[in-house]
Amino acid sequence: MTSVDLPAWAAVAVGLLALAGAGLSFLGAVGLCSFRTFYERVHAPTLGATLGMALIVVASVLFFTFVEGRFMPRELLIGVFLTVTTPVTLILLARAALFRDRTERGRDETAGDA
Amino acid sequence: MIRALFPHPVLALGLFATSLLMSGSVEPPSIALAAVLALATPQVMRALDAQTIRIRSPKAVLSLAGLVLVDVLRSNWAVSAIILGRRKQQRRSGFIHVPLDLKDRYALAVLAVILTATPGTLWVEYDSATGRLLLHVLDLIEEDEWVHLIKTRYERRLMEIFE
Repeated sequence: MTSVDLPAWAAVAVGLLALAGAGLSFLGAVGLCSFRTFYERVHAPTLGATLGMALIVVASVLFFTFVEGRFMPRELLIGVFLTVTTPVTLILLARAALFRDRTERGRDETAGDA
Repeated sequence: MIRALFPHPVLALGLFATSLLMSGSVEPPSIALAAVLALATPQVMRALDAQTIRIRSPKAVLSLAGLVLVDVLRSNWAVSAIILGRRKQQRRSGFIHVPLDLKDRYALAVLAVILTATPGTLWVEYDSATGRLLLHVLDLIEEDEWVHLIKTRYERRLMEIFE
C-alpha cells in the first residue's frame, strides 16, 4: 500500500469509517456476551450486520474509487447479500429457541423471558 | 413475446446489475455475459413456478427505503446505548403479537428482513392461517405502540407496493 497516492483527507475519512464500523461490530459482539437471555442476544449482532457493515462498505468503496481511479461499487453487493441472508440465520435460530422452550420447558412465549 | 423473454423482469434487471458489478467493468464482454445471465436465469425460475413480482408503486418503494434507513440508524443508536449499559434498570424485553393484514409472500419476506435487520426487533414466528406475527422486542415499552408503528410505518407501504 505504499505506491497508492491517497489524498490525506480521503485516508482519514476511510480510516475513520472503517474504525467506526469495526467499533460497532465489536459493540455487537460485547452485547452478544453480556445479554442474559437467548432472545436478547440475537439482537446484538445486527449492529455489525447493518450500520457496522454499511460503514465498512462505504470506507471500502471510497478507498477503491481513489486507488483504481474509477467508480465501481462492487462492495454494494456484499451489503445486499449480507442484508438478505442475515435475517434467515437469525430467524432460524429464534425459531429453534422457541421450539426448545415450548417442548422442553412448556413455557408460554407471551409470558416474556425477562 | 416480451413475457416469454422476461418472465421475471425485476430478477433479470437485478442479475444484470449484479453481473456487471462482479466483473467490475462495463466493457462489451461483461455486458454480454450479464445479458446472457439476465436472459437465461429467469427461465430456470419457470421450473420453480415462482410468482412474478409486481411493483405497483415505485414511489412507495423509495419512501419505504428512506424510512427503513432512518429506523436502522435510530435503532443502532438505541441498541448501542443499551449495550453500553445505559437504562439498565427499567428496560424490559419481551414478545409481542402483531396481527398482520399483509398476505403477499414477497411482502412478508421483505417485512421479515426489515424487522430482523433492524436492531432491537426480531421476527420470530408467523402464522399464515391467522396472520399473527410473533415478534421479540429488546426494549419493550408499550406493546400497542409497537403494533401501531409496524402497521402504519411498514405494513401500509408494503401493501401499496405489492398488493
